[in-house]
Amino acid sequence: MEQRRKERLDRGVKVRSDGLYALMSWRELSYLTLPRLVLILGIIVLPFVMPNMYWQRVISIVCIYALLALSFDFLAHFLGLVSLGGAFLIGVGGYISAILNTTFGLSPFVTIPIATIVGAAVCTLLLFPCLPLRGVYFAIVTLMYPLALKRVIEALDLFGGTNGILGVDSFPNSWVEQYFVIAMVLLFLFGTRRLVNTDLGLVFRAVKDNDQAVKASGMSITYYKAIAVFIASGMGCLGGACIVHIFMWSGISLFALDFSIIPIAATVIGGGGTLVGPVLGAFILVPISELLREFGTLRIVFYSLALMAFIVFRSEGIMVYGERKYHQFERWVKV
Amino acid sequence: MEIIIYGTINSVALALMALGFALVYGISRIPNFAHGALYVITGFITWIFLRALNLNYAFSIVLAIIIAGIIGAFIYQFILIRVRGMSISEIIASYAIGLAILEGFRWGGFKGMTYTLPVFIEGTFFIGDIPVDVHRTLVVIIGAGVVTFLWLFTRYTRLGLALRGMAQDERAALMLGIDSDRMAVVAMAIGSMLSGLAAIVLLPLGNIVVEKGYDVLIQAIAVCIVGGLGSWVGAVLAAFIIGFAQILTVVYLGAHFQMVVALLAIILTLILRPSGLFGRQKELEERV
Repeated sequence: MEQRRKERLDRGVKVRSDGLYALMSWRELSYLTLPRLVLILGIIVLPFVMPNMYWQRVISIVCIYALLALSFDFLAHFLGLVSLGGAFLIGVGGYISAILNTTFGLSPFVTIPIATIVGAAVCTLLLFPCLPLRGVYFAIVTLMYPLALKRVIEALDLFGGTNGILGVDSFPNSWVEQYFVIAMVLLFLFGTRRLVNTDLGLVFRAVKDNDQAVKASGMSITYYKAIAVFIASGMGCLGGACIVHIFMWSGISLFALDFSIIPIAATVIGGGGTLVGPVLGAFILVPISELLREFGTLRIVFYSLALMAFIVFRSEGIMVYGERKYHQFERWVKV
Repeated sequence: MEIIIYGTINSVALALMALGFALVYGISRIPNFAHGALYVITGFITWIFLRALNLNYAFSIVLAIIIAGIIGAFIYQFILIRVRGMSISEIIASYAIGLAILEGFRWGGFKGMTYTLPVFIEGTFFIGDIPVDVHRTLVVIIGAGVVTFLWLFTRYTRLGLALRGMAQDERAALMLGIDSDRMAVVAMAIGSMLSGLAAIVLLPLGNIVVEKGYDVLIQAIAVCIVGGLGSWVGAVLAAFIIGFAQILTVVYLGAHFQMVVALLAIILTLILRPSGLFGRQKELEERV
């Protein structure tokens, strides 16, 4: 029987455009910049092509999920920490922003940065005990926090209890709102892509792949994990702060399961470890979720099943597949 | 006196919830985030047999536990086995399974009326002057029975010894001809049956609701972490610590703080003694 195997070769234009030589020709320049431009321009144009207010609002929500998915992907595939509690980040950021806004009357553009930084610090502090440990502890603790905080707020009637905090200021108008979150997604997307290629990013990846080696090099693993958790929870808290100002309300539904499961599903479907994949995944999944709104919690079932199917049978995701097709030839050759 | 009696009952209940999780994690190193879902599913299956199909209570209990075991084995054999060893995928896959089951029930199964299971034996009696209902004493008896059974099972049967061997050192167990995949399926089935048993023993004390699934998962995990992940002796001891701590907070601070106890227990354990009370064996692997 004739045996064949699939051979993969980098395209010539990829090989040539790897270094500074890319500046030499338009073809190579566009090969490098086109995918990025399509993404950036696509996102920027989106609010204009949306038919009505409702779908424009959906764009903002999509961007917040994209931020969360980005933070999940960053932690999971560059640090090896699986966070099952995106809702925890959203909740912390959202409550801080809402309290600052209603109690001290600060404008959204002051509360959002404060909520991002203070929220990230709070989350890092609360998650700190499980950072020196390997394995499932981080996943377990992040799973517990949103569920437990929800109970605590309900039971002790903190921050308005089950009614939540009403009367939070909104953004000046919907255009500001959308372009603010879009700008944040693009900023953090390209920011984290830069970050993982710096020396710091190298250490992060080393922590994931071989923590003993990092320790042997005289670096504190806990310290680097704390930095990464700070960055990732900053993204989550930013999303939470934005969502509070978009809905003009903060309550225990900020700890809803949607915020935990959709980012994970977006990452797995979009392609983990690419950082762009999760954003794309969020742009695919969240509008579907809006279309299926009438099904209620059945949506979560649908996500969980899709997530399970993807992680078990197709764990590479859209973006990794797309990158491979873009950069490489594939052909069958005889062995 | 009251505290001692109800503390013991609560502790045994916690131990029943946690044993399944501890067993599965100890043997196959898979954190089974679908544990709470299996708990709820067993309760619901029993309810279907009992109320919708009008079967005998004892018979429907046995049937439901067996079905829970089969579901657990299926989950492992067809889904989790493919991602075994990839820790990120393991966590996400089992979490997704649990969520799918629980939220599926929230959507389809649990609407309108409340679902309850009857207690095994009605009636109350007095210890001193404190009323205790018979069912709660049965919980303690069954819990003690399960722990003794597990202890005997893992020490005096070939299958139990094989499971223990795999928990201690998987590669060495493979060298001795123990099929680790099959053992992991068996472990998952036993773990699911334990969680089903816990459901059947504990659910008659309240309603069958979806939130119970998350509660049970969290409490099971808290107990397992305090006791040392994967050690079932530790889990039993930790169940008593957390159980009494919960009852004491309920008596002195109010029922709201019960959830906080579990969380605090986890955080304190992770800070003070990350491998738990009895997690010695794998200490070096877990601490970086």
